[in-house]
Amino acid sequence: MTAQIKIKNLHKSFDSLDVLKGINLEINKGQVVCVIGASGSGKSTFLRCINRLEEPTGGEITVDDIVITNPGVDMNKVRRHIGMVFQQFNLFPHLTAKQNIMMAPLELKLYTKKEIEQKAIELMERVGLSDKLDALPRQLSGGQQQRVAIARALAMEPDIMLFDEPTSALDPEMVGEVLSVMKELAAMGMTMVVVTHEMGFARDVADRVIFMDEGIIMEEAPPTEMFTAPKNPRTIEFLNKVLSVK
Amino acid sequence: MELGRVFVEVNPLLFNGLWITVEVTFLSLLLAFILGLCSCFMGLSDKAPLQWISKMYVWLIRGTPLLVQVFYVYFAIPQLFQFLGFDLRFTPFSAGVITLTLNAGAYMSEIFRGAINAVNPGQMEAARSLGLSKWQAMRRVVLPQALRICLPSLVNQFIITLKDSSLISVIGLADIMYQAKIYVGRSMESFATYTWVALFYLVLIAVLTKLANTVERRTQI
Repeated sequence: MTAQIKIKNLHKSFDSLDVLKGINLEINKGQVVCVIGASGSGKSTFLRCINRLEEPTGGEITVDDIVITNPGVDMNKVRRHIGMVFQQFNLFPHLTAKQNIMMAPLELKLYTKKEIEQKAIELMERVGLSDKLDALPRQLSGGQQQRVAIARALAMEPDIMLFDEPTSALDPEMVGEVLSVMKELAAMGMTMVVVTHEMGFARDVADRVIFMDEGIIMEEAPPTEMFTAPKNPRTIEFLNKVLSVK
Repeated sequence: MELGRVFVEVNPLLFNGLWITVEVTFLSLLLAFILGLCSCFMGLSDKAPLQWISKMYVWLIRGTPLLVQVFYVYFAIPQLFQFLGFDLRFTPFSAGVITLTLNAGAYMSEIFRGAINAVNPGQMEAARSLGLSKWQAMRRVVLPQALRICLPSLVNQFIITLKDSSLISVIGLADIMYQAKIYVGRSMESFATYTWVALFYLVLIAVLTKLANTVERRTQI
């Protein structure tokens, strides 16, 4: 089985600051990979390189057998298959929840308007917000906004989903509702890369957990191993800090 | 100093002029809106020559007084063309529209640029992550929000241009100010006439402001 996402020696620097210093990783179809690490470790930058919201400065990324770091690649087409969910939701504030979901498929003329509308209604039901179709983002709670944002990404029928700290901007009582939508996605076989501080989610849902520090992958292991018997001293230090609080 | 009598006499003249003022202003603003958007997009493009054209245009217009621009379009440019062997002459009306368009366009270009930059960059990223091109994302996501943000500044520019249009009377455009000057020259009734002129502008701008407030309320996000 060949990997769906292949990352070879990925580098990214901003001016003189090296954020990613050679990342190597392969992710198979249907796998859930959680990326953990302190802020500033480069994990968000790494995630944003996978759909080239951030332009890599070196290395090679292959998604579905397309080398997306090649110059001639039509990223607009590639991005249709890679959904992304942001920390700050980034819903379009001038559009209702339903319009948020319908906008991109309509603009890209993927299906008829009727089909797209039907799809939006189904997706809103799936994230448990059937009664909020016509609500504007500002009328929704953070957790509800993030669930609409997930539905919006799913409307493109992606086979990969990237999550950039999806619950970090949420009030604690709303974290659960977003995580349960994500769990459901994972159970349905979606390939997911999740940058997160939710260690519980990583432990329960991830197939692999990656610990990043100073722009490299310090340790990579299945969750049980990562959380019960980490090997790298930096991993141990980090996990001690985040887990002892709980 | 008879306000009432002067008003009755000057009223038809001022209304004639008012119509010209509104026409020149409306046409100029419409064209300036398009020109401003174009200049703004050129400024935001990643092609250096386009950026340079936009910057140069804004620099030239902001750096010179409107009165100089009016004379330049009406007198200087036709002479230049004559020198080059072309016969190009503007009516006061078209010279007025060209000048006000160029003038307001430059300020609107800056207003649009500021508003687009004020939209959260996450909006562009979210739209791009869904597979939209830069232009699609701009049109469907960033621009609607930017227009909402810049509405107050835009209305301000409308008001400035409406008032600036009175300067076009110096090249003989028969606007409200021109009519007033003619009447004062005949009757010597400066106080009464210019009081009425000021009131005409006040009412016009009050209506415009009211309209803008309604639009602003309706497009709240």
